[in-house]
Amino acid sequence: MDVLTAPFAFEFMQRAFVAALIVGALCSTMGTYVVLRKLSFIGDGIAHASFAGIVIAYLRGFNYAFGAAIVAVITALGIGFVHRRGKISLDTSIGVLFTGAFAVGIFLMSRSQRYSVDLEGFLFGNILGVSRDDLIIVCILAAIVVLCVAVLYRPLLYTSFDPVVAQASGINAAFVDYVLLVLLALTIIISLQSVGIVLVAALLVTPAAAAAQLTRRFVPMLVLSGAIGTFCSVGGLYLSYYLSSASGATIVILATLIFFAALALRRRSA
Amino acid sequence: MNAILVRDLVVRYSARVTALNGVTLSVDTGVALGVVGPNGSGKSTLLKSIAGLIQPTSGEVFVFGKPPRKLERGAIGYVPQIEDVDWSFPASVRDVVAMGRFPRMKTFSQFGAHDRAAVDEALAALKLGDLCNRHISELSGGQQQRTFVARALAQEPRLLLLDEPTTGVDAETEEALLHIVRGLVQDGLPVVMTTHDLDRAPEWFDRLIVVDHKVLADGDPETVLASGSYAAIREHTHTHGHTRTTP
Repeated sequence: MDVLTAPFAFEFMQRAFVAALIVGALCSTMGTYVVLRKLSFIGDGIAHASFAGIVIAYLRGFNYAFGAAIVAVITALGIGFVHRRGKISLDTSIGVLFTGAFAVGIFLMSRSQRYSVDLEGFLFGNILGVSRDDLIIVCILAAIVVLCVAVLYRPLLYTSFDPVVAQASGINAAFVDYVLLVLLALTIIISLQSVGIVLVAALLVTPAAAAAQLTRRFVPMLVLSGAIGTFCSVGGLYLSYYLSSASGATIVILATLIFFAALALRRRSA
Repeated sequence: MNAILVRDLVVRYSARVTALNGVTLSVDTGVALGVVGPNGSGKSTLLKSIAGLIQPTSGEVFVFGKPPRKLERGAIGYVPQIEDVDWSFPASVRDVVAMGRFPRMKTFSQFGAHDRAAVDEALAALKLGDLCNRHISELSGGQQQRTFVARALAQEPRLLLLDEPTTGVDAETEEALLHIVRGLVQDGLPVVMTTHDLDRAPEWFDRLIVVDHKVLADGDPETVLASGSYAAIREHTHTHGHTRTTP
């Protein structure tokens, strides 16, 4: 039992575990939509784009997370707009907008003489440095995302499979797409601070991709993906405590191993 | 009241591509309307315009007296050509047919007895009962087509639009579809369907139109076929390799 409880002796570890639990469950559940809609690039994209928001927030002197969230949501809506109105594929639209926004961030930073934002900390996050206030914001935003997904559950599922027929039957597919992009933007921003870009991108894709190897039904995939994501983040954090390794990297490696195990399992049963 | 009213419909995809160039058409309830025409003649565009999926460049489309997007959810059942979706999506045949109920359901309402009954009935009508737990990637083309039609039926639509449902399907599927279309029409539903199968048009349809960017012929199937207007376009297509947009 000591093995399981030992890390909890430290308050920062308690907070880290709660953050890992929420971020892991949220990202991997939303990841089901990311994988099914072939949006694997979006985690990386929106996370980088939000860098511009952080620089602007720094220069103007307001909250970083707020700045990042605003730019992330605007970028997400822009991705949807360019995709729909410009009739350009989603991955291209993501590619254009995220690099554009990221470049704006770098541009603004390079013009500022007094710049000292810790870019590395932003890109890679630090789950062990999550504060009590961070945790409260994470909880509130996570609750909003879960509520919206619950309300839009059926339209989200239908438009993920067959947007054209869903639209013909009276569902506003464009609206559903925009809401999903905004929810993904919020999910990514919530997670970014605690776990960083690489881990967000991994948690949005790997657990859902692993779940897809193990089941061919939607609801089991959603649940399994959430379970794998939660297990990886909490389990990875434990491992990193005992291995004295970087927590984010340990979580990603664990998720990747589970993906390959799932792939092997499917190939054996096929 | 007309089920469908299309007035001077023009759909232009770009400066050079005009799919429909002034189509006027009205369809009554309880009528199966067949739409024939060569590839690229605007048949699918006409269906999509009626389904409210395409904004007309000019002209108007009314379904039950309203623009299609203003109708209540679930009013229009649209069956596209089957290659348009990802068949590896995690869903069984029953899951896909059940999606037909989604537009009819309130946000937090449970999948109720009536929803289940509508799904079961649709599965039975398309002879998919034995396949209902199968993953959709394990279906033949005809079975995929029947799954799509079953989904549209489960929706309990007031208008059914079918885009070439008999292309590339087995005889069993074709017979099942014919039976269903005739049954729906008898119940008073309007059905609009595109097809390449001219020979059987009189069995399927009460009325047939020949479309090549415009309505070239319109009437009961026997008369339209006898008039040779479709043969004329086919001849043109054959000799020139493509059809020309009438300016």
